[in-house]
Amino acid sequence: MRRDRTYGLMAEFDTPTHLVEAANATREAGYKKIDAYSPFPIEGLAEAIGFRHNLVPLVTLIGGLIGGLGGYFMQYWMMAINYPINVGGKPPNSWPAFIVITFEMTILFGAIFSVLGMLALNGLPMPYHPVFNVPRFAMATKDRFFLIVFASDPKFEAMSTRQFLEGLGTRSISEVPD
Amino acid sequence: MDDRIEPTEAGQAPVIEPGYTFATVTDKISSIVLTRPTSNGWFLGFGVAFLIVMMLLYAIGYLFLKGVGIWGITIPIAWGFAIVNFVWWIGIGHAGTLISAILLLLRQSWRNSINRFAEAMTLFAVACAGMFPLLHMGRPWLFYWLFPYPNTMQYWPQFRSPLVWDVFAVSTYFTVSLIFWFIGLIPDLATLRDRSENRAAKIMYGMLAMGWRGSARHWHRYETAYLLLAGLATPLVLSVHTVVSFDFAIAIVPGWHTTIFPPYFVAGAIYSGFAMVLMLAIPIRKIYGLEDFITERHLDNSAKVMLATGLIVAYGYGIEAFMGWYSGNRYDLFTLWNRLHGPYHFWYHALLTCNIFIPQLLWIRKMRTQPLLLFLISTVVLTGMWLERFIIVVVSLHRDFLTSSWGMYYPTRWDWAVFIGTIGFFLACMFLFVRILPMISIFEMRTLLPEAEVKAE
Repeated sequence: MRRDRTYGLMAEFDTPTHLVEAANATREAGYKKIDAYSPFPIEGLAEAIGFRHNLVPLVTLIGGLIGGLGGYFMQYWMMAINYPINVGGKPPNSWPAFIVITFEMTILFGAIFSVLGMLALNGLPMPYHPVFNVPRFAMATKDRFFLIVFASDPKFEAMSTRQFLEGLGTRSISEVPD
Repeated sequence: MDDRIEPTEAGQAPVIEPGYTFATVTDKISSIVLTRPTSNGWFLGFGVAFLIVMMLLYAIGYLFLKGVGIWGITIPIAWGFAIVNFVWWIGIGHAGTLISAILLLLRQSWRNSINRFAEAMTLFAVACAGMFPLLHMGRPWLFYWLFPYPNTMQYWPQFRSPLVWDVFAVSTYFTVSLIFWFIGLIPDLATLRDRSENRAAKIMYGMLAMGWRGSARHWHRYETAYLLLAGLATPLVLSVHTVVSFDFAIAIVPGWHTTIFPPYFVAGAIYSGFAMVLMLAIPIRKIYGLEDFITERHLDNSAKVMLATGLIVAYGYGIEAFMGWYSGNRYDLFTLWNRLHGPYHFWYHALLTCNIFIPQLLWIRKMRTQPLLLFLISTVVLTGMWLERFIIVVVSLHRDFLTSSWGMYYPTRWDWAVFIGTIGFFLACMFLFVRILPMISIFEMRTLLPEAEVKAE
């Protein structure tokens, strides 16, 4: 624990509009390592903090492909290769009968990959995070909006960054201890 | 969400009553769980439901001891109540997924205040449904034989059988419904974590919220995953009852072997599901004072969905009867005659009354907005849909091709004990749910408020 180090500076806002404007202004001022916190998803906020690469759709696609192909080949291998049984003269690889399970497995794996992928990319579960050290941050799940500039940002400098954030018309500024 | 609080058309109630802010919406919903004292009514209701669960456990225990012979199932009606109830319960579940997934994709923002408890309803209904095939197996402790796993008997499930499809469809449906519901809960669990005073509650909600902090990056991925899940759940929900209907339609029994089954089963599922949503929503909004969030608009819209799906079901009955006649097949013709005039004719007429005639009252606006009347109609629809499954399962089986194999079906007290027991189980789960989890999605309600809009400069 390095109590003397700061993790970042956190500014508090009253409305989503305010937060998006502030996030845009901060990014345009040259800060790269910033994040915003809100009690509900806000359209355009991810772009405002410079977040581009969302891998969740790709992970979901991979999951769906694994499920679908795996589901079909599981049935093919079991019914046509490992233990073929003649049922009513149908061919061992009776693909129309295999569609339902192939479909269900596609959905199942797509859904599981989507959710686990989202959690993993978000780094959750994460019971401890420095932002929780700020007492006012409990309002971030109710009706307040927060913007943080991380201390790891090359442009971060305790005094000037604080002055910059104050200039955005913030309600309060808190230092986030590391 | 585009249409936050739409300019209401003449006489149309809003999705959420005006005057709320982020803070008051949060407080109103979270206080039901966190600060509202547990009322005597809750204890009474939960107590009754709990006693019924005990009866269920007793009935299941006795079933394990004696075998399925304690039920009324015999040849030719080997399916009986177990499958009637299975289809009924799983159909009820469908409305939850329809509300949470399909209405989300269609941007019906009114769904935001009813999706959470509708999803919970789905989960509990599917759990009730899942019990029946397991109990009906005779040796339920060998249920894992249904899954393809390498085993010393050196056999695989028969993938050409609709019953195996059903195993995959229902288990996928339960899993996807569970994760969809849980993902929706995460931001609200974080709200409860930050708002609860009680240390134990804080730890419990905190662990479940997994450290959610509402970062913009997280929200972005979260929304993508939520939309993708909705996109996956939409074909899933349509497929589940289709596969359930294949259990019947793939067989050659007259009255089952028909192509109308999949769409008419899906419509029937949504029909009964919305009836259950209304039966839960109407008392909940009254008892917990949530009329501002679950408004007349929700009742009206749900009733309209019920009316529309009810008409599809009516069309299904019509086509069944028409095809019975038009096919010229003597067995199909007999099935039709037997429904109308056979030993179960009273129940077929009751079914037509409950599912087709009485719900036509919903054309009248007052019927759709009067909670008590709507509650009664929903009860009628749920009864009708249960009768529908009874007619499909029992009446088709009891008189098939050979008169020598005809028979009758008489449910025993154990059949009833298990059926009523699952209703108790469902209610007990709902009671626990409204007590410990937010029954309305708090974060989705916040997005409906006018102040949630980001104004462009």
